[in-house]
Formats: sequence, structure tokens, C-alpha cells
Amino acid sequence: MHEVTFLCPKDLQDAVRLYRTTPGCRPLAGGTDLMVMLHARTLRPQPRAVLDIWSLAELKGVRRHSGMLEIGAAESYTGIIRSREAHRHVPALVAAARTIGAAQIQNRGTLGGNLANASPAGDTLPILLAYDAVVVTDRRSIPIDQFFTGYRKTALQPDELITAVRFPQGRDVVFRKVGTRAAQAISKVMMAVSRKPARIAIGSVAEVPLRARGAEAALERGDVDGAIAAVADDIRPIDDVRSTADYRRTVTQNVLRELLSVG
Amino acid sequence: MCTAPLTAVGRSVPRREGADKVTGRARYTDDIAVPGAWYGRTIRSTIARGAIRSLTLDPAFDWSRVVVVSADDIPGENVVQLIRDDQPVLAPNGGEIRHKEEPILLLAAPDRATLEDAASHIHIEYELATPVSDIGSATEVFSTVDIAKGDVASAQREADLVVEREFRVGLQEQLYIEPQGAIAFPEADGTIRVIGSLQCPYYVHRALKRALKLSDQQAVVVQAETGGGFGGKEEYPSIVAVHAALLARKAGRPVRLIYDRHEDLAATTKRHPGVIRHRTGVKEDGTLVFQDIEIVLDGGAYCTLTPVVLSRAAIHAAGAYSCPNVRIRARAVATNTPPNGAFRGFGAPQSLFAAELMVEHVAERLGVSSVDLRRKWMLRLGDTTATGQVLSESVGSELVLDAALKNAPAVRPSDRPTVRRGRGLSLVFHGSGFTGSGEKKLQGTIAFEALADGTFRILTASTEIGQGTKTIFCQLAADALGVGMDKVDLAPQDTSLVPDSGPTVASRTAMIVGRLVQDAATEVKERLKREKAPLRVEKSYIQPDSIHWDETTYRGDAYPVYAWACTIADVDVDMTTGEVRVSDLITAVDCGKALHPVMAEGQIEGGCLQAVGWATIEEIKMQDGGYQNDRLATYLIPTALDAPRIRTILVENPYSRGPFGAKGIGELPMDGPAPAIIAAIHDATGVWLDEIPATPEKVLAACASR
Repeated sequence: MHEVTFLCPKDLQDAVRLYRTTPGCRPLAGGTDLMVMLHARTLRPQPRAVLDIWSLAELKGVRRHSGMLEIGAAESYTGIIRSREAHRHVPALVAAARTIGAAQIQNRGTLGGNLANASPAGDTLPILLAYDAVVVTDRRSIPIDQFFTGYRKTALQPDELITAVRFPQGRDVVFRKVGTRAAQAISKVMMAVSRKPARIAIGSVAEVPLRARGAEAALERGDVDGAIAAVADDIRPIDDVRSTADYRRTVTQNVLRELLSVG
Repeated sequence: MCTAPLTAVGRSVPRREGADKVTGRARYTDDIAVPGAWYGRTIRSTIARGAIRSLTLDPAFDWSRVVVVSADDIPGENVVQLIRDDQPVLAPNGGEIRHKEEPILLLAAPDRATLEDAASHIHIEYELATPVSDIGSATEVFSTVDIAKGDVASAQREADLVVEREFRVGLQEQLYIEPQGAIAFPEADGTIRVIGSLQCPYYVHRALKRALKLSDQQAVVVQAETGGGFGGKEEYPSIVAVHAALLARKAGRPVRLIYDRHEDLAATTKRHPGVIRHRTGVKEDGTLVFQDIEIVLDGGAYCTLTPVVLSRAAIHAAGAYSCPNVRIRARAVATNTPPNGAFRGFGAPQSLFAAELMVEHVAERLGVSSVDLRRKWMLRLGDTTATGQVLSESVGSELVLDAALKNAPAVRPSDRPTVRRGRGLSLVFHGSGFTGSGEKKLQGTIAFEALADGTFRILTASTEIGQGTKTIFCQLAADALGVGMDKVDLAPQDTSLVPDSGPTVASRTAMIVGRLVQDAATEVKERLKREKAPLRVEKSYIQPDSIHWDETTYRGDAYPVYAWACTIADVDVDMTTGEVRVSDLITAVDCGKALHPVMAEGQIEGGCLQAVGWATIEEIKMQDGGYQNDRLATYLIPTALDAPRIRTILVENPYSRGPFGAKGIGELPMDGPAPAIIAAIHDATGVWLDEIPATPEKVLAACASR
């Protein structure tokens, strides 16, 4: 049988050390992705150890940090939803957090987990891209648009731990999530848009959550129709269990039109 | 009928098992702790079609730690007892595989880790064959039904307008809240007792007797508290129970076989998908001249209950309308997909979906209102159905149509510029009780006891699956006896204690079995005037002489009576995404008599919501003969946020042979919403969809090609 060592670090420093020194180790925050993957045996190879970072005080909380808003990597979506600072500075993130799973998932899911899992359908990820968030790790800061490197692949080193996410202030972001039902649905298309600077970030339309660079360039010029035309070429949608490539392409254009007409 | 004032019937008294359920005291199958019981597991095929070339137990594993059951360990016949003997309990070595997830071996172990370990050491090799994946490529036919009234061929000359259309409906999962499960106990005298989540104790009883070669007394089936069924626990629990019993017999100890949601979604029965073609002929003034209907249902890999589903589909296919010339040709075909089976509505939602949309299409071609056309066509008292049944009482078509229309406020346009709002209506009927001679053949039996302490006991095999059986039977008995409900109790649904009152299916429990309870209680009351308790009465269903059914010609009284419903659906279609949100449903239901108004409304609301899911978002995509949507992350049903406001109007139009006038309504609410929603989408967008679910992908594509 497959046995897993469960590691309980006493603080962040201890966690960083254990993660660097334990082979085959996976960090565990809220477990909303990891537990499902362990149960369905979709992790290859199966982890030999799990590092529980859920209760580390250093990874919790929402605070200001040198002119930016900083959210701990293991802060739950519920914590974000309840934070006044988050409401004031990143209202779109708060609204997006409310659309993730049900209350139980929101109580356990974290920004750090959504980033590390790097699913193209991760619902906070287009929001982070539209805000130009910065991923802070135990050793460096990674701009969000350099974070996603391939299907479920990130710029993180194998022993690198996400500790926080930082957001520049004073940006207006609007978004729309398109799912199969009104709640508890994985996205078919998830789009977040900032007009100034022009950011058009989309999930579930490619192997990574991506920024639609062609559409952004058109929007930067004030060419809304050009942006709507260009976005179809920026994305690489596929047919899967949730939707079709054709639908995703059409809806991406329609949603962009809608967001730009209200934004 | 009872002349004393009713103190229980017609009142929304507390549910019998309600307090236990809400406080967590109720024990569902997996809640039952059994010291020393082992865990069971089913090893299933990973291919859709072929043969088992070899079964290998890896010698690296110590097999003495577990119990393995193969087809060779079946003491009786290797057959799942249903209609046709085509489905094996376990596919034998060298035997044929007809679908993905087909059971091949069973395992039991003292703990789950050992069970997992053993399962990973089983190797099965197959000879592959090309699977038949859908209706279009199917050639094997399970059954056919032909219904003819008048002469469609010659009527074609009389029609001024003929409208043709083809409709498609998809698979649907019952999604009872509690997955399938059973615990089997072998006893010293050769008895095997099975406790499980099930609708039909005596179906399971027959299956156990046959596969395990047991006598009537040696097979004992007990229903645990059951978390929903919707037909999904009509026939499938026979497989779960027989598997658990085979493991328990070989292990010599109790074995619990509980499916998780993934296994339940991947392996158990679904609603039959189908293709339905209509040709309808009318005169210029809208007079209905002929209906020519062809139905093909996909039965999946084994027959299960498919012929009976097909029968109900065919009988309801002409809709709630009176037509002089009708031809219905229906067939069910085999594909290499997991078998489809019973699901609330049992074929009628599929064929009524097509029938109702045909009214819309004909009305559109004639340039008349579809409501007016329904009024012109609908079956009324004294009219004759497609099978030649003269409707002699309790025909609620006009009552429900008027009630629904009267209660529907005007449609207001949406205040969101990208949202279009529309309204659609449907009118349906649903036969209560078994089809044709079903009740006559079955002769469901109940017992009723007056006990020495002045209380009474109802003995039936009819199960409580959330629909209110226990409460309703006690209400009926209390009012028939003229005593308080606290004086009436129910025996447990245990085949060693209760007679066979028939399966809990087909909208028959309140109407057919409930009437037996009422009659038995009335007889006991009379006898107590002369005799002393304890005494016991048994009552069996006797088919009234006025009911005639010819199974060979499909002519006659297809059902004892019909329940009727008119449903009005309001939808918002988001033109940005194609998403359809059903905002409001108004449904007027002729239930004969609402025995328990709150539970009747609950049944109707639940059925409507299940139909909303079927019509809009519940989609199963196939891959290599299996379901892609085999987890709750991918098989999505409506949440509370997706649910429309549902307004139920109960119309009481009594049926003389129902208990206090009641008719069956368990399945009826599944019939009406889907066609009303598709008509509402047309009203909102101008496009007609011919296929459900009306996913945003289909809605946007239809709007774009318009």
C-alpha cells in the first residue's frame, strides 16, 4: 500500500526547510485540489510526503505591504471575502472568490493553492492576471504574467514555496464567469478585464490562464471592435467534458463585448 | 367512500420518519455498524465490447487475506432476475463483455486498504470487438410496440397540412442523494439476509432466490432508510444485493457493498435516450386528422426493464390529445453502453416532450395560438385515447389548463439588455399505476392488523423513498378507522414480515396500495363491531371488470386513470452566453385528491426541478462506451440558485377507485417542464431546439445559424 508521511512544520522557516529536504513532498494548504487528486489517484508520481502549511500564521492574513495589498498564500477565500482591505482594493477578487465552489470549499481553498495547482480553469487566476499581481515565494517575487509556463506547469522551482500574493492598488477590474450552472461550477470561460492599463485575462480557453495580448494592444489604442476581433486569435480553446472550442471562442468574444460596453 | 369527517387525509401532518431524518437518527445503509463485517468491491470491465481472454490473480499477493468471487461461485443461475435472462450477475471467464463497467469479479476484505491492494493485483485481458455506440448504428432490437387507431394511411388524403419533425432526448442520471449500497448477512441455517437502499424488496428477493438458489424463507430482504430512488433503485439494487450476498456467503461473515458516487454514476442505470419522429396531419381549421409517430429508445447493453419503459413511452406518445387516426411504432435497441433503466416518468417524459413540441410546430404553421390548438385537440371526458381507451372519469385536461393560465401573470421584458425573456406552456397526462394488465398480474397484497392493545399495524412491502409512503398509509388507515394517527403503525419493509404489495414504482403506491390500505382498514373497523382484536385482514388488488386490456394488440384501458398537468415556464436566455435560466414555473396538477398537500407539492416541485435539469444542463457525453460525466464535478444538476420559483396549483378532481379520490402523481411532474422550456426559449429567441438538454452551446449555435 501507498504510505504518505505527514509533515507538520512549526513555522514558515521550518516549512521551507522541510520542503527543500524531503523528496517527493507536496504542500497541503486547504486540500481542495490535493485531496481530490489523491483520492482519484491522478498524481504521478504519488507524493511520498505531505507538508501541512494550512495553519502557518505567516501565510495567513490580508494586509498592506509597501503600497501593495498582500494576501497570505494560505489565506482562505472566506478570509478574503470577509476582509475589508480586500473589498476596498481588490473587489473583483472578492467577487470571484464568492463564485468558487460552495461555502465549504471557500473555507478551505486558498490563492496559493489555486496558483500552485495552475489549472487553466482556476477562477482567481484571470483576476490575478488582470490586476498584475505578484507571486511572492520563499526566495523571490514572480510577476503573474511569467508564472504559468504550460499545462499545470509554473515557474516555481521544485522546492519553492508560495508565501503571498501582492496586488497593486487603484485598478478597476471587471469579470464574468461562464459555467454550466449558477453556482458550484467549473468555468467554461472566465474573463477579467482592466481598461487602464489594458488587461484582458481569460481562463479555460487554453492550456494556461492567459492574457490576450492582441486584444489588449487593440484596447490600448481604444479600438474596442479590434479587441473583440483579435481575442479570438489570442485563445486556444479545446473541446472537453465541459464545453466546445467553438462555443468558447464565440462566448469569449461576446463576454469581452459585454464587459467593454459596461466597463 | 368514507362519510366521517377526515381528520388526517388532506392535512399536512408531520412526516412519520421526518424527525429521525432531520435529527440524524435515521440509519441509512452505510450508517449501519456491523461488527466483523468485511468491505466488498466490484471489479468491472474497462472495455465496451469483447470477451474475457484471461483472469489472473497475481501470485505476488497473498489471496488468503481476501475473498474473491467469480461467476463460478454462483450457486444458482448466473442471471439478474428481471424481464429477460440476458444479464449475467458476473461475466464469466471467456464470456462476453457487452458494456463498460460490467461486473466481472467481486472482492471482500477486512479493511479498505487490503481491498485496494488486492484489486490492484487482478489482471484481466480481453479480446476486443467493435462496440455499437449509439442508436444510429444499433441493429439488435430488445422489443417493439405498435399502436394503431383508425387508419393513418387513408387519413393522409384528408389533411390540408402535414408537419414533420424529429426530436432527441438525452441520458439522465437519477442522482438520488444516497448512492447504492447493501449489507448481506449469512446465517447458520443457510438464510441470507440483505439490508439495503432499495425501492422494491420483492424484486431483490426474487433475484437473490434465483442467483443464490434460495427458498422463499432463505432469502430475506430488508429496506434500510433510503435516500431517494427515482427509479434508480427499482432494478439495480438486485445486482448490488446479489453481489453482497455472494461475497457474504463465501466469506462466511457479513459483507457491506457500498458504492461511492463515482462508481454509482459510472456503472448504474440512466434514463433512456431516444429519437422520436412525428408526422402530424391537420385540416385548415386546425382539426387534428392523424398522428404518425416513430420512437427509438436506447436500452443500453442489457434488456433490464426496457420493454416496459418502451411501452409507457408509446402509450403516452400521442400526448393528451384526441385524434381519430394514430400510428405509433416504437422500438428499443441495444448498444454497448451501460444498461438504461427505470427513471421517474419511465419513457413518458421522452415521448411527451416530442408530442408537446409538435403542438407548437403545428400551431406555428397554422398561424394560431398553441393554447387554442390544445383546447381544440385535448382529450375530454368520453374521448378515446390512442389505445382506444374511453376516458370515463376524472379527466382534468381543461381544469389544469384553465388553472395554470389564470395564475400566470403577464410576462415582463427583462431589464438586462442582453437577456431575452420568453414563456412556454405544455399540457400532459400520465397513467397512474402499472400499464395494462400489470396490476392484475401482480395482485399486490397487503395485510392489516388490529392489535390487542387497541393499536393497528399496516403490513406492506411499499417503501418510503422520500415521497411519503409511511405518512400517507397511516393517514388513510386512521381516517378509514376513525382513529387518531397515533394509533396506527407500520411494519418494517422486511420480506420475512410483510406480504408483496408490489414494487414502489409507476405512481402506484398511494393510489393502488393506498386504496388496499383504506379498504383493509374499513373492513377491520366493521369486523371490530362483532369481533375482538387481535385480528388480521389481507387484501389483494382485484382488477375491476370494467378494465379491459389486450397486450397483443395494445388496445384497451392502458391505465386505470390518468393524472393531468399544465405547466407554464418562463425563461431568461442570456444572448451573450446562450445560458437558459428558468425563472418561473407554474404547474397546475390534477391529482384527484391531495392526501397530504405539502408532500404533494414537494413531489411536484422536486419532479419539476429534475425536469428542468434534464431540459437544460444535465448532459452526459460518451467516450469509448463510458460516461465522461461520471463525477459530481462533471455531472451537474441545478443548485438552489438555478431553481426556478415553482408555483404548484393542486386541482382536486376525484377518481372513484383511488383512496379518498387520489390519483398517482409521482412521475407526472417530470413530463411537462421540458417541452414548456423549449417553447419558452423559442418565444424568447425565435429559435426552435429539437434536442435536450438545451445547453448554451446548442442555444448559441441555433441563434447563430438563424
